[in-house]
Amino acid sequence: MRYAMAIDTKKCVGCGDCVVACQTENNVPIGYCRDWIVENVSGSYPNVEIELRSERCNHCDNAPCVRCCPTGASHIVEGGIVKVTHNECIGCGACIQSCPYDARYSHPDGYVDKCTFCDHRLAKGQSTACVEVCPTSCLYFGDLEDPNSDVSKALKNRSWKVLAPEAGTKPQLYFLT
Amino acid sequence: MKTRRDFIKISALGTGAATLGLSALNWNGVKALYAADEQEAVSDEEMTAHATYCEVCFWKCAGWAYTDKKGSIRKIVGNADDPHCKGRLCPRGTGGVGMYNDEVRLKTPLIRETVGGKQYFRKASWDEALGLVTSKMKEVSEKYGPEAFALFNHGAPGSHFKHLFHAYGSGNEGEPAWAQCRGPREVGFAATFGSWIGSPEPTDIRDTRCLVLIGSHIGENMHNGQVQEMSTAIDRGATIITVDPRLSTAASKSKYWLPIKPATDLALLLAWIHVLIYEDIYDKDYIEKYAMGFDQLKTHVKNMTPEWAYGITTIKPDLIRRTAREMAAASPAVIVHPGRHVVWYGDDSQRERAIAMLNALLGSWGRRGGFYFKEKVPVPRFPQPEYPHPAWDWKDNLDGRYPLSSMGITTELLKASIPELGYKHQIKAWMVAGTNLPLTIPDNELFKKAADAVEFIVVVDTMPMEIVKYADVVLPECTYLERYDYIRSASHREPNIALRAPVVKPKYETKPAWWIAKQLGERLGLGAYFNYNDIEEVLDWQLKKLGTSLEEMKKTGVKKFPRRSGALYLHEGEDYEFNTNTGKIELYSTDFEDHGFDPLPNYTEHPQPQDNYYRLIYGRAPMHTFSRTSNNPNLWDLMETNSVWVNPKVADLWDLKNSQEVWLQNQDGVVSEFPVKVRITERIRWDSVYMVHGFGHNNKKLSRAYGHGASDSKLITNVMTDPMMGGTGMRGNFVTFLTEKPGKELES
Amino acid sequence: MKEELFVSGRNIPNIDPYLNIWHWEIPIYLFLGGLAAGIMFFAGLFYVMGKEKEMVTTVKWAPFLAPVALVVGLFALFLDLKHQLFFWRLYTTIRIESPMSWGAWTLMLVTPLSLIWAATYVKEAIPGWNWRFSILKKLEAQIIKYRIHMAWVMMGLAVILGVYTGILLSAFNARPLWNTSILGPLFLVSGLSTGLAATMWMSKSHHERKVLSRIDMVLIVVELFLIIHLLMGMLAAGQAQVEAAQLFLGGEFTVTFWVFVIILGLTFPVTLEILELFGYKIPIWIPSLLILFGGLMFRMIMVEAGQITRFLY
Repeated sequence: MRYAMAIDTKKCVGCGDCVVACQTENNVPIGYCRDWIVENVSGSYPNVEIELRSERCNHCDNAPCVRCCPTGASHIVEGGIVKVTHNECIGCGACIQSCPYDARYSHPDGYVDKCTFCDHRLAKGQSTACVEVCPTSCLYFGDLEDPNSDVSKALKNRSWKVLAPEAGTKPQLYFLT
Repeated sequence: MKTRRDFIKISALGTGAATLGLSALNWNGVKALYAADEQEAVSDEEMTAHATYCEVCFWKCAGWAYTDKKGSIRKIVGNADDPHCKGRLCPRGTGGVGMYNDEVRLKTPLIRETVGGKQYFRKASWDEALGLVTSKMKEVSEKYGPEAFALFNHGAPGSHFKHLFHAYGSGNEGEPAWAQCRGPREVGFAATFGSWIGSPEPTDIRDTRCLVLIGSHIGENMHNGQVQEMSTAIDRGATIITVDPRLSTAASKSKYWLPIKPATDLALLLAWIHVLIYEDIYDKDYIEKYAMGFDQLKTHVKNMTPEWAYGITTIKPDLIRRTAREMAAASPAVIVHPGRHVVWYGDDSQRERAIAMLNALLGSWGRRGGFYFKEKVPVPRFPQPEYPHPAWDWKDNLDGRYPLSSMGITTELLKASIPELGYKHQIKAWMVAGTNLPLTIPDNELFKKAADAVEFIVVVDTMPMEIVKYADVVLPECTYLERYDYIRSASHREPNIALRAPVVKPKYETKPAWWIAKQLGERLGLGAYFNYNDIEEVLDWQLKKLGTSLEEMKKTGVKKFPRRSGALYLHEGEDYEFNTNTGKIELYSTDFEDHGFDPLPNYTEHPQPQDNYYRLIYGRAPMHTFSRTSNNPNLWDLMETNSVWVNPKVADLWDLKNSQEVWLQNQDGVVSEFPVKVRITERIRWDSVYMVHGFGHNNKKLSRAYGHGASDSKLITNVMTDPMMGGTGMRGNFVTFLTEKPGKELES
Repeated sequence: MKEELFVSGRNIPNIDPYLNIWHWEIPIYLFLGGLAAGIMFFAGLFYVMGKEKEMVTTVKWAPFLAPVALVVGLFALFLDLKHQLFFWRLYTTIRIESPMSWGAWTLMLVTPLSLIWAATYVKEAIPGWNWRFSILKKLEAQIIKYRIHMAWVMMGLAVILGVYTGILLSAFNARPLWNTSILGPLFLVSGLSTGLAATMWMSKSHHERKVLSRIDMVLIVVELFLIIHLLMGMLAAGQAQVEAAQLFLGGEFTVTFWVFVIILGLTFPVTLEILELFGYKIPIWIPSLLILFGGLMFRMIMVEAGQITRFLY
């Protein structure tokens, strides 16, 4: 099993619903977030393009944050989800430094926090909060090893890119372009 | 170098370690040890779901509010059975919980007091506050007649107070939804198809092959169903054509973006009509069978060629032709979207007429992928006496002006409140429920004069909005998560109803609008109109008449009903009578002609900005609803302020830097109260600037929103009124930049 | 024009500044670690070479600084932790791939060793010192016998410690400025140099200072060479590295880096040392202080600048 997410930049309108849904689902304190939206504008008027990306932890196959963690608090669970065990985390910040995507942040209670792909929902057969709320249905989630999963189907017929592939992290967020 | 991490002041480095942010020893771990359980996400099964429908915007999506074992609201998610949201709330709906949690909510009734010449609000009991409102309502009724008490309202609380006012004997009610928003499109479409567009719009976007947006920025206006269906349309490969001087989000997803010169849309529409007719690519069978006035239209647009329009709109003739052909190729599965906020230049009903006519030529009304025939469930009225007939209402005060207005015109009610303007009938007191007039109504001076002139203002709101500052009595309403409201029955493909039941008890001393209305009614001796102890009785009675019950609706939230009015679309060759004077689609409007307006739309030129001035264009951000959500902690987190979008060329000219704070001054010398940050972006034309509406709050009680950004409403002092329906055209305002804080004293 | 902005969430003050999560504590820790490594390495080296008598400050007195530096450094590291109650988790596991874990364990070995080494010289440092407990006395006697072994171990661990202070940063490939293996040797050399500077400052023997000064000159030249190498390597690499190097070559750290590190911290002291070689009288504390200051600034700047470099996407 290899969980992954595809984000259709052609459909995303950058509304931020994924951000609020994540905050309320995962009790992320106000002022913090596990996912966010980037808008890239290029060209010059009137030949302008916008790329909108809903970003979060890439749950990398080769996760530098897990490698750098001195206590093993950062670890990989079934399906390739990168997680942090709060009471093993010493808050040293090594994982924050090691992440090319800036996906981790220091929770006000001290430990480092990040996207969990809503594994508590996956366990109940649901999808992630952001996927299920997205008004444009531009997020696809599922098991890459299952050819019938939403994410596999989304990737099959579209061109895509990953962010900072040169960082060598083998990220698992695929941006459909 | 572009970076997300350049916040720490680097210059501190040279001065040594001490300045690098000495952090105290942090024993936060202790807290985490104790609070660990609450931190974790809770699975849905461990929570209780309560049926509600959203009140953060007018789309009113049905959803489930989840409470945890302690009874606190954890999250709100969409109801999968609801056609409005299909189980997916928008960011505002998801963040609706912030409306409940906002610590600066109105908490108790307040009464204005004057002590030693200074005015302030004093906390009051409900009994006292309701008593005062009742006595004022009685006084106004005795002195001037109940008609002199006007109601300004928006959203769910409005319906309860409308009932109260009708029972009381006043029909003077106004919603910004008409004259500040969608009035013109209802007039334009009614004149053409004999039907309003209404809300939600019956646009069959999910099945369309071509969607044309004229200044409508779906995606930034987060009208949930529309956004969802536009996304489906993108998936299905529909062509999107967007006409907008700004590269809106929708424009960025369009095959064709027509970066039109502002205020010239009507010329483009007429040229499109010209191409469809003269290239003979309109839906001939449809027009022949259902429409009248084609020949007049053909003659009318004869000279309105793409070349003619090019000179006006700056859109190349070839592009006008290609896009017209693209629409024709998709016909009838094509939607030229009527838009929603369409009060722009004062000839808006005519522009909307042109949009309606374009749709007629494309055969899209009543067709799959065009406009479907909407239907809603009539909710039976709970037994009550007949309402008294008011001696006059807002319409009588118009003396024949704005003859096509079918809803109260807010600005006219304001003008009738100012004795010097000499209106036949005077408004003497207001109730304002759920609408923040100072940040909604253009021409702030008019609003202020009117507010000064009336004898009494009672405001019902959940938040200390600017309107509260003008109130004599403030009645704190609880949020939608703490109350019942009337059943939501809105037109859609499938008729449906939704229930709003309280998720939690009202916080502080807040009360639901139905309770406030009933209390006032009873005190006014109108108890017969409120013949129930609890609104649950009314809802259960109504729901049982509809074949369900309150108990069932609490479990399902939404109920759908079979259609009774016929099919969603016209059948091939079906005879169909439109609700117009002629029973046909009127390409030539007999109704307009009868009222002395152009039966066929004409392009009129509107002023363009002077040197060093830029047209003020405003719009929506998907995470906020007008000015009402700016203090919502969850939504503030997403977007805390607006910025003014400036084209890089203009920025060069003015030597503006990104994020620099400027003040905006309009053509009448009005300066924005607060500075606003510059966003230099290629997304906006060089003759315009753009701002998201709803920021620039000046009520200090709004802890987060106060002083953030600029208010577009305050900068709109030139109003171009639509002579047909009273719409306040707001896009004819021009601003310039002040890089220094203006010296003169500003109103606080 | 290209524009990148956050349209949600991430432009919030609670997160972005804290992504720049390391402030003064980490550079202090790295500096003190390097300093201790330098002191211990040369103590071991000269002991092994049998120069205990000749290089008395290097072998005997300067090492008293090492445990102090290490403990203060560890305390700085502790201050940096955001979840301090759980710091002991560092020692419930060994993470082979985590430099932070390596460092924690290295320090776990180095700190006691530095204490023991110093303890064996307490009697010489403080005449009349009495260990009070006979067991300690016996232990001391035993340990002194194994000084030569300790010296070897100390040199080894000192090198690991010195390299580690650089590797800690270079392991983060998300920060292009740090992500170069040259940082290991560079920090080692810099650490050795600061260790020498501290020792020189303490030494009263003209001969000892001269020996140390000569070694130091070599180290500084090597360090300069490695820094040039670092920048050249970055300029020859990808865009992210080029932009990282440009922080020092015209970017926002140019002045602080060239003035405080290259000129005041390296070139100027080495010039003074050369002048002294030619017989000019230079008070020893000047080059020493400058080298120590330069070493600290170097770490401050590297940590601060590294955190604002990132991959572009």
